[in-house]
Amino acid sequence: MKVKGFSILVAATVLLLSGTTAMAACPSKGVKELTGAGATFPYPLYSKMFDAYNKLCGVRVNYQSIGSGGGIRQLQQMTVDFGGTDGIMTEKQKQEAKGGEIMHIPAVAGAVAVVYNIPGVGKGQMKLTPDVLADIYLKKIKDWNDGRIKALNPGLKFPSQDIAVIHRSDGSGTTFIFTSYLSKVSQEWKDKVGFSTSVNWPGDVGGKGNEGVANSVKQIPGAIGYVELAYAEQNKIPYALLRNKAGKFMEPSLDSAAKAADVANLPDHMEVMVTDSENPEAYPITGFTWLLVYTNQTDAAKADSVAQLVWWMVHDGQKYAKSLGYAPLEGAAVKKAEKLVKSIKVGGKPVLN
Amino acid sequence: MKNEPHAMSRSSGRFFSTVLDVLIPPQAGSVRWGDRVFHFLARGTALFVIFLAILLAGDLLRGSWEAIRHFGPRFLIGTTWDPVTGEFGTLPPAVGTLIKSVLSLIIAVPISMGSAIFIAFYIPKSLRAFISYPIELLAGIPSIIFGLWGLFIMVPMIRVLQVWLKANFGWFPLFAGPAVYGVGVLAGGVILAIMITPIITAISRDILLSVPRTQIEAMLALGATKWEAIWKVALPYARTGLIGAVILGLGRSIGETMAVTMVGGNNFDLPTSLFDPVHSMASLIANEFAEATYNLYVSSLIYVGLVLFCITFLISLLAQLLIWRLSKGRIAILE
Repeated sequence: MKVKGFSILVAATVLLLSGTTAMAACPSKGVKELTGAGATFPYPLYSKMFDAYNKLCGVRVNYQSIGSGGGIRQLQQMTVDFGGTDGIMTEKQKQEAKGGEIMHIPAVAGAVAVVYNIPGVGKGQMKLTPDVLADIYLKKIKDWNDGRIKALNPGLKFPSQDIAVIHRSDGSGTTFIFTSYLSKVSQEWKDKVGFSTSVNWPGDVGGKGNEGVANSVKQIPGAIGYVELAYAEQNKIPYALLRNKAGKFMEPSLDSAAKAADVANLPDHMEVMVTDSENPEAYPITGFTWLLVYTNQTDAAKADSVAQLVWWMVHDGQKYAKSLGYAPLEGAAVKKAEKLVKSIKVGGKPVLN
Repeated sequence: MKNEPHAMSRSSGRFFSTVLDVLIPPQAGSVRWGDRVFHFLARGTALFVIFLAILLAGDLLRGSWEAIRHFGPRFLIGTTWDPVTGEFGTLPPAVGTLIKSVLSLIIAVPISMGSAIFIAFYIPKSLRAFISYPIELLAGIPSIIFGLWGLFIMVPMIRVLQVWLKANFGWFPLFAGPAVYGVGVLAGGVILAIMITPIITAISRDILLSVPRTQIEAMLALGATKWEAIWKVALPYARTGLIGAVILGLGRSIGETMAVTMVGGNNFDLPTSLFDPVHSMASLIANEFAEATYNLYVSSLIYVGLVLFCITFLISLLAQLLIWRLSKGRIAILE
């Protein structure tokens, strides 16, 4: 009886210890302060996450939202412990990184809503297909009274109004997601304009920040623009239903955005744009924002802290996403993120086991 | 023979004063200690400011060197700004900056001069401070506030004006653009005019107040009306100072960033009408710098900054030359 009780005790202790090592939220031997810099799109969420993490584990994370470009530059120079980016790093940028290989670990996803201001057409009524959207932004379709738009929306009455195309005047991850979607669905867009955080738009008005675009769309009759879903909802601007790859017209929402990331063939390195996703319930204009971390770290304590932080962010940290308007990582995306975090090494040995 | 300060009579004091004699040579008529030190400090700070300006120009040159090497002078006439292919040109923002600034001057100068003349000559002395105070208050409002006010309040009003202008005078080429945007050259010019009016008014008022009363009274004694006295005596007398005030306003409007970013429209095509949205150089840099993801991009933005710096410098230089010529060499620099 004593032996049996003792074995149960040993078994329970082993289980407990192995469980905690695999999913320990708080670093035991790491550093207490970390610095990061980069993308502005996830900044409200990161702010909340880091505050919660500080309360949980006493680790202070200082994140400066200076933009993806700044974050990448800082990480290249190794002046920060991790970076944040809304766009995937180019080959040239990777080569300029002083610490070697960099991993893109998805942190959260966001949906980009196509908003419009057409007198007489309200929220969630207008349907658009990818080619029509691309042609509007290429300034090939110039009037709302166009036959192609009317064919998609037989029940709606469109005024004869010039289309005012609104875009972002500042470089932004939202633009990166939107333009990479247009590049995927329109060869002409890909050839003429391409995708980046800032592009050479065919027209018309540039607004500064999501707020600028939202405001311009609200004010200018006949305007069309793209904003983060949260801005569309908070400003109560009507947004369009977009046809996804499976042929279904989807409304932008946190669920449909999360579904976009939950697909079968995500690559291991996660440097993928999940726009025009194959998931039948997905909203087509969705994208990740990534955390950039060096694969081969030199400082063991710091590497431990960074790995624990990112692990927490892709698991427990996701519960803050929905209330702030971001789509949490689900299913396959989380598994890939876990694999990436587990491959952070110091001296050839993985940090987390 | 060197004068030694009588307070320092010990040998160490003698050594000290010898060293300082070399560093700060005694000026004629100012051999006293205090004068010499003050002269040195004043000269030092003035040289320091010049040194800062040279350092700034040098830094701009260094930062933009990659873009200068890549594009050369064709950057100045290029009309494409494409971060994807790496093709950059600064002509539309430069034209946008100049057009909005000139438009703002056209609107602001008559208003400012009128206000300055009114305050200096027409209102009782007791009310002068009372009227001047709100004008000076306007000058101190941060430009982002102007930008927000412009975007939410002014732009809808401009839109109404533009739609009316296009409906009634649409044949005029300057009114041929998209009236319904609201943001654009006209909105940018108007907000800049609002921002530079207080500066020009305040300085012009001070200049006009410094016109000697005797001159004006002499004109009045000769039978001139008040308006004739102002127009024919006070204004010509104050001409160089007034031009200086206008140049100051122009300088502010060229460099203005936040307000113009929010109401300017931020488009890259060359403007062909008053209603076209267009970038200004300052708004271009402010918008794109944070997310400039590669070196040529950053360098091109700094190149735009260098061009802006040179334009501002050239305008100041031309203004000084104009003042110098107008005063027939009597007044050297802005008085």
